[in-house]
Amino acid sequence: MPHMQESLLIGVLALQGAFIEHRQAVERLGARSLEIRFKEQLQHIDGLIIPGGESTCIDKLSREIAGELYSEITKLGASGKLPIYGTCMGTIFLAKEIEGANQTRLNLMDITVKRNAYGPQKASFEADLDISAISMNASEDSHPFPGIFLRAPSIVHAKENVQVLAEFDGLPVMARQNNLFVTTFHPEVTDDLRIHKYFLDQVCTSKNANEMASVTTFQYEVSTSKS
Amino acid sequence: MPTEVKESRNVKTGTQAVKRGLPQMLKGGVIMDVVNAEQAKIAEAAGAVAVMALERVPADIRAEGGVSRMSDPALVAAIVESVSIPVMAKCRIGHFVEAQILETLGVDCIDESEVLTPADEEYHVDKSKFTIPFVCGARNLGEALRRIGEGAAMMRTKGEAGTGDVVEAVRHARAILGAIKRLTIMPDEELMTYAKEIGAPYELVKKVKEEGKLPVVNFAAGGIATPADAALLMQMGVDGVFVGSGIFKSGNPQKRAEAIVKATTYFNNPEILAEVSKNLGEPMVGLTVKSLGPNETLAQRGW
Repeated sequence: MPHMQESLLIGVLALQGAFIEHRQAVERLGARSLEIRFKEQLQHIDGLIIPGGESTCIDKLSREIAGELYSEITKLGASGKLPIYGTCMGTIFLAKEIEGANQTRLNLMDITVKRNAYGPQKASFEADLDISAISMNASEDSHPFPGIFLRAPSIVHAKENVQVLAEFDGLPVMARQNNLFVTTFHPEVTDDLRIHKYFLDQVCTSKNANEMASVTTFQYEVSTSKS
Repeated sequence: MPTEVKESRNVKTGTQAVKRGLPQMLKGGVIMDVVNAEQAKIAEAAGAVAVMALERVPADIRAEGGVSRMSDPALVAAIVESVSIPVMAKCRIGHFVEAQILETLGVDCIDESEVLTPADEEYHVDKSKFTIPFVCGARNLGEALRRIGEGAAMMRTKGEAGTGDVVEAVRHARAILGAIKRLTIMPDEELMTYAKEIGAPYELVKKVKEEGKLPVVNFAAGGIATPADAALLMQMGVDGVFVGSGIFKSGNPQKRAEAIVKATTYFNNPEILAEVSKNLGEPMVGLTVKSLGPNETLAQRGW
């Protein structure tokens, strides 16, 4: 559905962190992007990416300058209207529970996360991940995804309504709950666009599915018949 | 079967992507100098994206003189314990054993820094040998690319640390960012001569021309003392800022730190900058760079 992808406008939360890399990734896929620093900017976007960064810094900014931005994201995320993709720190923000920390969160996704789960930077790593969700469309997409984990959190618990899309060491590293999507690793620092493509094609498009059920169902059938 | 799974995962630490990736997550943030765990906690609460552990802040190094070295490992370990944000620590230029010690202590990044007394006047540390990333200072594009060639995963301007005078950070940021812009329109046949002139690896010169930016994150450092200073450098195009003496040598460190964090995020918004700059108390006592003697500048250390 490339024609739908071209029209998408993806907001990237730009308070701190690797937001430019996400903008570049979605733009390389033909979508447009917008840096989000104020709540008014959320009005016209088709999806939101919460990038990697430092959660204590964003926590501080969210309480003192960007508070309304956060309550607006929570409202839109909870209503199912706004597709949201959280990377690394974004996973922490979307989680309902953060082990051992009482910091700001959007409180949206039924997962429990643990910050810095793998230890300090010397334990940060890259690993090949087998992700069938991004490999189903074409045979050239079936190679492993280069997962880059930087002082990454882990998802220590996910409720049954959360769909686990990839695991590492027995714990989820990519998961989805309707319009909410997370990876604890960083596809935006690689040249591999398959995760962003999944977000645009599968998560952002299902927003439209709620609004235009019959049309999207038809398109879904067309796209699956090709695979 | 479990063995097979492990092999197919191909798990690797300390790769270039992993080393360069950490600083990418710090962009748009403020990294603050701290000398102990108590200051580190204040910095974290104020919204720092990382703290930099060192023995004395640059203003004190200037005032007190003497040889300046890596922090006491006990202090570094206490800082690592006290905060959840990344901890960086400084080693002397060329002192690869201080760097080995810092890596063992669990710091997330090492600053091979001209603020400390150099241990080697000829060679910098071979940073590619380490699992954790290094940040290094530079005054110009050639120096930045030499450090990246040695394995640095992050750059910063040298500025002139411990002065509270932003003029050198501005000079170095303009030198590096301006040279990159000029390089993007330079004819290919001029690149080798240019690489020779600035003393930079040819392959990196070519890469910078193609991409229009350094292959690593580039912060500003050295003399940033106010929210407006931080926003100035951000508007010029750096990825984030280091603040050294500017915070803990000021009248109200916590308030000033918070204001600089907000200014670094909303660097393009003069209304917010005006608001956060109000009533911050006394800034650090400044020292103009022009008043320094020829042997008193720290930026001339390293090459």
